[in-house]
Amino acid sequence: MSRFEYAPAPESRSIVKLQPSYGLFINGEFVDGAGSFKTISPASEEVLAEIAEASTADVDRAVKAARRAYEDVWGVMPGRERAKYLFRIARIIAERSRELAVLESLNNGKPIKESRDVDVPLAAAHFFYYAGWADKLPYAGFGADPRPLGVAGQVIPWNFPLLMLAWKIAPALAAGNTVVLKPAETTPLTALLFAEICQQAELPPGVVNIVTGAGETGAALVNHPDVDKVAFTGSTEVGRIIARAVAGTNKKVTLELGGKAANIVFDDAAIDQAVEGIVTGIFFNQGHVCCAGSRLLVQESVADQLLESLKRRMATLRVGDPLDKNTDVGAINSAEQLSRIKALAEIGSAEGAERWSPACELPERGFWFAPTIFTGVSQAHRIAREEIFGPVLSVLTFRTPGEAVEKANNTPYGLSAGVWSEKGSRILAIADQLRAGVVWANTFNKFDPTSPFGGYKESGYGREGGRHGLEAYLAG
Amino acid sequence: MTATISPLSEVTRSDAALRTFLHGLPGVDRVGADARAAGLGTRSIKTTAKAWAIDLAIRMVDLTTLEGSDTPGKVRALCAKARQPDPGDPTCPPVAAICVYPSMVPTAHEALRGSGIHLASVATAFPSGQAPLKVKLDDTRAAVAAGADEIDMVISRGAFLSGRYLEVFEEITAIKEACGNAHLKVILETGELVTYDNVRRASWLAMLAGGDFIKTSTGKVAPAATLPVTLIMLEAVRDFLDSTGRKVGVKPAGGIRTTKDAIKYLVMVNEIAGDGWLDPDWFRFGASTLLNDLLMQRTKLATGHYSGPDYFTLD
Repeated sequence: MSRFEYAPAPESRSIVKLQPSYGLFINGEFVDGAGSFKTISPASEEVLAEIAEASTADVDRAVKAARRAYEDVWGVMPGRERAKYLFRIARIIAERSRELAVLESLNNGKPIKESRDVDVPLAAAHFFYYAGWADKLPYAGFGADPRPLGVAGQVIPWNFPLLMLAWKIAPALAAGNTVVLKPAETTPLTALLFAEICQQAELPPGVVNIVTGAGETGAALVNHPDVDKVAFTGSTEVGRIIARAVAGTNKKVTLELGGKAANIVFDDAAIDQAVEGIVTGIFFNQGHVCCAGSRLLVQESVADQLLESLKRRMATLRVGDPLDKNTDVGAINSAEQLSRIKALAEIGSAEGAERWSPACELPERGFWFAPTIFTGVSQAHRIAREEIFGPVLSVLTFRTPGEAVEKANNTPYGLSAGVWSEKGSRILAIADQLRAGVVWANTFNKFDPTSPFGGYKESGYGREGGRHGLEAYLAG
Repeated sequence: MTATISPLSEVTRSDAALRTFLHGLPGVDRVGADARAAGLGTRSIKTTAKAWAIDLAIRMVDLTTLEGSDTPGKVRALCAKARQPDPGDPTCPPVAAICVYPSMVPTAHEALRGSGIHLASVATAFPSGQAPLKVKLDDTRAAVAAGADEIDMVISRGAFLSGRYLEVFEEITAIKEACGNAHLKVILETGELVTYDNVRRASWLAMLAGGDFIKTSTGKVAPAATLPVTLIMLEAVRDFLDSTGRKVGVKPAGGIRTTKDAIKYLVMVNEIAGDGWLDPDWFRFGASTLLNDLLMQRTKLATGHYSGPDYFTLD
């Protein structure tokens, strides 16, 4: 036990006014759904609210509202007018950032310092950024008079609920589309608070519709015949189902799926900062990050030294109450995800990799998993192949730059990668050979609305963010 | 990082060997180091943790006056303050040391007698270090003879920046010898070294040469102490202990004025070097105005309200 015990520093929950139940947000109003389900805090299993579950008929109502809004108001509104609404939404997100951050941490389990310093500011930044594009679309490089597609059906994951909503809604609206968005079953609350923000911004009814529910609600949305565009972020498994469902239709699709990113550390890297990058790469957001640096490839000549530093650093990670301002690693989002992480970790041990976690006390209630690394992992191990989507790092070694690239690319995924070296020429040469949508050099998990994001191979197709992100919502 | 050359004494055999060693230390990525320091700066230290940290910070202060206008009267007043920082509260601990110019050492020595408070003197042609070695050695010996038990020396930044590492090494070794039993703090003047790579190399150089403490700044050059620079130095002492078994202390000096800042430093000590450094024997603050802010926050925490600056003594 350290001599310097940090006293609890919880962020107050009082800023969030939780309602006992939430309806569906259709045509600018909250309406009842066919069924309902409970949403909880994964850190305590406390029930937070009762959420409406949208049936096929509810989804149809939402798509119809979106269609009307597209044809009558939003699709015909000049870009400079649409921009005003987007700027207004961005400002309200910034103004209500503490409320959004607390709610996100409550419902998702992520540490408040991440929702406060990353998720919410980036969500606001996405709206600010795309608001700026709304009246400049002819100059975006997609033709002289690019047109919106119509109604976008969007399905988002639970790992960055508000941020993924912003990634989806901001470019869609800037380009003149209307949307029906389904948040993840386990994390609907910030999307519903966003619906309130749309009301506060006086966004015309039907431009944004939020339908809550599970897989069936998502399927109803994706399969709806009047949806022109499907955008999905989530597992490769569900991505395949969606790709099959829209095959042969006129729907445009973008998919942002899984990853098994290589974080490559060369022997000439700035070791202390590389250790930070490894920690950020895999333990940020409990490793619930599609672009997480879940495979560490470290040059054999510095492997022992680096692992020693990494373990020492991991011992300082503070796991616990997501609302405590000093928490570094929060709760696993759901019992289901926890059991998946546990199962894959068991497989790692059974395959002969060496498992290590720092001593850390996990709370009794809620879903928790200690930060874990596996050493002695080889490419043939399942924990080096499959996405674990949790705070579990697989450590592999390499001898030469060529071997590093080969191993990094030897995966069905291709979303992101990291390169650590103090030698600029090496970074450029390696980045050139990596088949990954994003390559970070001497940093990891850095996001910016101006930068496109998306994958190769089974990590999906299409780009989100930046000028490129507009293409998915425009017809040239 | 742990050095791979063994034994370490080999690396100081020649200028070339020393250069190879220092330039073989892992580089520091400035963006990453800054981000790490900023991240630690967001730790929220409240209630009991804050009270503990404030008392520790007071016990770590090297209460300093280094002005041309210093007089025996001023120094005596400062020594009184060092013994009893808050006359209204006997539970308030004394500071670690007084830090003065060599000419003020006899006065301070007298004023601190029996208090257990250390007496540090700057020496070696502080703050520039631009004097012949003999002058620096005499400066050091005089301060020790007059009663200083800690010497804060400055390195020759000119020699360091022109790559004459062995010269810097030998100078520190000579001063260390002149110190006798007095503890040697080696001021790197990081504001003049500029790059973090230089800070890491100078830290190792000072430790290899026998420095008991590495200190950021004289306080006469901007920027003085910063969180990222102290981070690099804390990593250096941690790694040096790992590879040699010898523990070296760290002293950020200059520019640390608020309790909030001091607590950020303590969080960094805790999470980078480890809690083994959370002790006045291993970590100091070179400061003057910081002390009154610590006292003010200490009173605030105990009583629930702020007192005005006039409730705390000037010196």
